[in-house]
Amino acid sequence: MFAGLDRRGYNPNWGLGVEVSEERLDQILSQVTKPARYTGGEWNSVVKDWDGVRTKVLLAYPDLYEVGMSNLGLMILYDLINKEDDFLAERAYTPWVDMEEALRGAKIPLYSLETRHALGDFDIIGFSLSYELNYTNILTMLDLAGIPLLSCQRSESHPLVIAGGSCAYNPEPLADFFDLFVIGEGEEVLLELVEAYGKWGKGERDQFLRRAAQIEGVYVPSLYEVAYEDGALGSPQPRTPEAKPVITRRILNRLPPPPTEVIVPYVEAVHDRGMIEIMRGCTRGCRFCQAGVIYRPLRERPVEEVLVAADELLKATGYEEVSLVSLSSCDHSQIEEMVRGLVTRHAPQQVTVSLPSLRVDSFSLGLATLFQGRRKTGLTFAPEAGSQRLREVINKGITEEDILSTAERAFRAGWQRIKLYFMLGLPTETREDVAAICDLVKRIWGMGREIGGRRAQVSISAATFVPKPHTPFQWMPLEGAASLKEKQAFLRRELKDFRLSWNDPQVTLLEAVLSRGDRRLGAVIHEAWRRGARFDAWDELFEPANWWEAFQDQGLDPDFYARRPLDRDAPLPWDHIDVGVKKGFLARECERALRGQTTPDCRGGPCFACGVLETFPGAREAARQGLWGCPPRVAGRGEDR
Amino acid sequence: MVKSGQRIRITFSKGGEIRYISHLDMMRLWKRALRRANVPLAYSKGFNPQPKISIAAPLAVGFTGEEEVMDTLLERPVSLTSFARSVKKQIPPGITLKEVREVYMALPSLQSQVRFAEYTVSPLDDEEIEGKIEALLAAEAIPRERRGKKYDLRPLIDDLRLEGSTLWMRLKHDAQGAGRPDEVLAALGLERAGKAIHRTRLIFASQL
Repeated sequence: MFAGLDRRGYNPNWGLGVEVSEERLDQILSQVTKPARYTGGEWNSVVKDWDGVRTKVLLAYPDLYEVGMSNLGLMILYDLINKEDDFLAERAYTPWVDMEEALRGAKIPLYSLETRHALGDFDIIGFSLSYELNYTNILTMLDLAGIPLLSCQRSESHPLVIAGGSCAYNPEPLADFFDLFVIGEGEEVLLELVEAYGKWGKGERDQFLRRAAQIEGVYVPSLYEVAYEDGALGSPQPRTPEAKPVITRRILNRLPPPPTEVIVPYVEAVHDRGMIEIMRGCTRGCRFCQAGVIYRPLRERPVEEVLVAADELLKATGYEEVSLVSLSSCDHSQIEEMVRGLVTRHAPQQVTVSLPSLRVDSFSLGLATLFQGRRKTGLTFAPEAGSQRLREVINKGITEEDILSTAERAFRAGWQRIKLYFMLGLPTETREDVAAICDLVKRIWGMGREIGGRRAQVSISAATFVPKPHTPFQWMPLEGAASLKEKQAFLRRELKDFRLSWNDPQVTLLEAVLSRGDRRLGAVIHEAWRRGARFDAWDELFEPANWWEAFQDQGLDPDFYARRPLDRDAPLPWDHIDVGVKKGFLARECERALRGQTTPDCRGGPCFACGVLETFPGAREAARQGLWGCPPRVAGRGEDR
Repeated sequence: MVKSGQRIRITFSKGGEIRYISHLDMMRLWKRALRRANVPLAYSKGFNPQPKISIAAPLAVGFTGEEEVMDTLLERPVSLTSFARSVKKQIPPGITLKEVREVYMALPSLQSQVRFAEYTVSPLDDEEIEGKIEALLAAEAIPRERRGKKYDLRPLIDDLRLEGSTLWMRLKHDAQGAGRPDEVLAALGLERAGKAIHRTRLIFASQL
């Protein structure tokens, strides 16, 4: 597919099996920025006897250390694998461009932080995918390890290269690079897969892949083919009997206890605090939100388990802050008791409690008073849209009254800084809806002025809506560049006295293309990387030209993927991935959106048959036991399921 | 200052991989290690209370230290033996606790008392090094530029000599300025890469 030598002109195998020279490494470490990103040895990192285990897994995160170290998912898997006697897990992150250059110059392969083994020495390399703009970093890491980038070029002497995480729910743009994808919750599938690989030994790679394809939740892209009729999108079809026509996401009926002996980085991480996942899934049903679909059903952790975990976490790490993370932490049925319990137990030791975001209501404000105490640093709310009409389209179940009264109470309670999240370019959005953002912001600010005086501050983030796979809006287009720019300019003009942030339209376009892309994009990603694309998520390094030239080179049009409304009946590149929520439900939700009809939160109310209860075995039992947030009844039917 | 508390002075070494962490990282490391050790740390007042920890003189990224000094304030007195025992269990490899002692609460801040710092640099494989050292010491001024600021390095060098294949130096380190061993290397026309820079000790006002 990509014939010819890499233009960088080095031997692609130089890294393999080569010990990392400490002496040469020392020389380069004193010359790169923040060398502690590359030295490991952090508190609670696990160093196992290399020769004492059967299967060695390298967990890779395709972004900078500080970002990767803030990823809870990777930490969960690290903990899980290292608890097994037969396995070990070590870590690697993408080296910043200065370190990449230094490693190439010194001929040092990318290595694991724990034992400094070259990535090629591991049995399995597992990437965690959470953002499309990190895709080129995957290639950088494989290349620095001397591992062929394309799955079809790798042999038995190379590690198995796999991936999981939220971007794996449309794996197609990365299909060329990975041997297999794990679809679903890694805690459930990964050990099974590692075990199977360990038992397989170093047999024929192709045979192992065929066997792995039979594990529930494992997708082996090379066993599928796609027909592009007249260049249209197509969905992958099995080309061998081992390949399942549909790969169903694996989930846990009950969340296992959270990891508490987590790694404490020396370098300040983006989220420099302890994290406890208190809940997985969300039942609110915002129609733009992918996480709200792909993490269903809603599963809560009991308060007692969270409190015990927090005790252990603080003791094992020395962190001074613990964050209760989930998609919507205020929605945990016992959140108040949880926050109260944590504050009572740990405030005397100067520990603060935080939630990643707040719901727009007085209950959440009460909670914030509880955990922020006298600090009142600032509050963040997400109305998402400026007008009531548009909020109903996106099914964001809050009213203007909710927003205004919550803001008023916040100012009265002594908060001075409020940050508001909005989206631009949502389906059906008009100039009036954008103007409504400005009105809302100004009214909130006016209120703040009245109550809090001159110190009241309102800041706004206006991100661009990007249609994501497996959401009711997956068929919607990304708004055109010209009208988007016009809307952004309008906001800048109208809100010139406010701190306002927005997205670079080129970043948004790339994100939209990669989100809804198909297999043909593999060649584009490869070419963009060859042209020098690195850390595309970082403004200072993003070079859009690398990408647009790569598209041209491959004869593909970014707008074809991003800016077209997709036909509701046509196949989609991710049709073979079943997340549990069914396409029919998404289509119904899309229809309701266009009619301006809302769908209430299904928790406690009737079930709207999104598909989760049908898809997962054992679901009804789990739901009956109260482990799931799924309702007992189906809407309109009234009978018990 | 906490009247009923206790001021503890810790001497520790910094080596191995830990040398690549910055001063701020080091502060965070100690804050968390002391919290894990569950000693009764005293905190500053205000909305964002911070434990009272101060490290005598920031050590640059990549340098190792033989006798780094740090003060921490505790809310109430504890036995030094049990303090040392619990802290030892919580410090990462690369840091070694060398001494723990109690000092008067009323002493001036640690940072304000530093006067000199001594360093060794090795290995040196320059045959003309002795002449270069002599020339440097004989110079009236050594004009240098660091981060866009021009300064004279000469008054910051208190002593400089060769001990076998090791370069030994004592540099000024006080409120007026602090000499950097890598700057001395550069002034001698030597490469930084491939050399270990080690701070052997800090000299305080009380030791002069």
